[in-house]
Amino acid sequence: MKILVAVKRVLDANVKVRVKADGSGMELANAKMAMNPFCEIAVEQAVRMKEAGQAEEIIAVSIGAQACQEQLRTALALGCDRGILVTADGEVAPLQVAKMLRELVEREGAGLVILGKQSIDSDNNQVGQMLAALGGMGQGTFACGAELADGRILVTREIDGGEQTVSLELPAVITTDLRLNEPRYASLPNIMKAKRKPIEQLTPADLNVDTDSNLKTLRILPPAERAAGILVESVEDLVGKLRNEARVI
Amino acid sequence: MSILVVAEHDNHELRPATLNAVTCARGIASHLENSAIHLLVAGHDCAVVADAGAAIAGIGKVIQADATSLGRQLPEDMAPLLRELAGNYSHVLAPASTTGKNFMPRLAALLDVAQISDISAVESADTFVRPIYAGNALATVQSSDPVKVITVRATAFDAGATGSNKAPIASFEFRLEQDLSRFVSENLSISERPELTSASVVISGGRGMQNGENFVMLEKIADKLNAAVGASRAAVDAGFVPNDMQVGQTGKIVAPDLYIAVGISGAIQHLAGMKDSKVIVAINKDAEAPIFQVADFGLVADLFKALPELEQAL
Repeated sequence: MKILVAVKRVLDANVKVRVKADGSGMELANAKMAMNPFCEIAVEQAVRMKEAGQAEEIIAVSIGAQACQEQLRTALALGCDRGILVTADGEVAPLQVAKMLRELVEREGAGLVILGKQSIDSDNNQVGQMLAALGGMGQGTFACGAELADGRILVTREIDGGEQTVSLELPAVITTDLRLNEPRYASLPNIMKAKRKPIEQLTPADLNVDTDSNLKTLRILPPAERAAGILVESVEDLVGKLRNEARVI
Repeated sequence: MSILVVAEHDNHELRPATLNAVTCARGIASHLENSAIHLLVAGHDCAVVADAGAAIAGIGKVIQADATSLGRQLPEDMAPLLRELAGNYSHVLAPASTTGKNFMPRLAALLDVAQISDISAVESADTFVRPIYAGNALATVQSSDPVKVITVRATAFDAGATGSNKAPIASFEFRLEQDLSRFVSENLSISERPELTSASVVISGGRGMQNGENFVMLEKIADKLNAAVGASRAAVDAGFVPNDMQVGQTGKIVAPDLYIAVGISGAIQHLAGMKDSKVIVAINKDAEAPIFQVADFGLVADLFKALPELEQAL
């Protein structure tokens, strides 16, 4: 089985973000970028399945600027076999990303697609579900467990009330939640080896996808700041303030 | 054109987030002429939920799709059902819960439209505000799609009134045989306490709690305040408590009247899930912890001393 993994280049999770003063977007110039943390979990899941003999090849795909090659190299250093970069300028909307991935799933004959449940920049949480719909596949979103069984895959999902397990026909789409696994670090020899692994370059047009979206971002503004609070001296003081000033207890 | 709201429920009870989504729908309807709001109750043996939905103020009609296959509201069943209905509507809304977030993007892709996630405000019938970057920025987005498929951040809208209305209930026949996905099992946490996302008081513990047993100290206080108990990602990752207690960017979004953060440092991913709370209290022994920057009342103290004192004082 071939596994397709999608990886997104995002602002590093530990960097404090700032909104541009003119409302046109975020200050990303010279900011530290990284692989989206949920995508790291997706890569790790694919690599573990390959190590367990459940997959022969892992293809990592990224869509965006040339700089996404860095994240693809990271994925290759972690154990993916080859990369595909679909070069696109600016932000590509989830539906368009899903359309490109659907085309790639078909071309490659992938038996399983693993993606992060959301990217920590746009916080959409859409691509996996859309890809499953377009490809006529079942979806195991917010996965905290995945196991092949009898030609299908059992996916345990984190849901609001606890956990739910579904059985999906293959090929299927899985989107990862935080507790599916703990991603490894790439070793130096593997980082060196990854430099020789192939990355194919494509354009959205090669995949017959138009990147125009009907959803336009008009402006991006910072949220309202909370007024500064105060430090209290004791529990007694705290309870008094909550009772008499804030009146919330 | 009318607006369709998808009810959140478990075939027995209507979940409160539905009422917030209806308020959002009324906000959109106020920008439209002659726009009715319909509520879809899709499930199995869910008549009692349809009745509850018919009582929500502002609902013009309840559509009840009752079938064995819809009992778990799997997206492989829900999205095709909604696709059949969507042609009659300008907007389809669902709460941004793990259920809504599962089937709404699937619906949008079937309709070949964008999906608008987790909106926190309505500017007009086609323009909405949604948090991005874990709530560190607010994006205003405009959709030119014929159907707007939207998930609603429940905490950003008041819960609509209920009890006053008696909307008609129409049943909708929907049969689909699919084997892409089968429900296998569910493991739900059972709690006597209020639900995390709708409780008026929430007390959460972080890594500072040291282990799961110590959460009993939070539970005792929760009992006195009729509060829900939450946790930071660090506490969940460390295995102290189950994942359904996680508050944050990728966990639950809460906005209670009072949020008490205990032993939580305040990573931006946690703040994303609670910073819209009305009053925030932080108890942490590290005076430099970022949680104090968003707290209305901060107490720099050892939680193992402060919590028993707090329980006593309440």
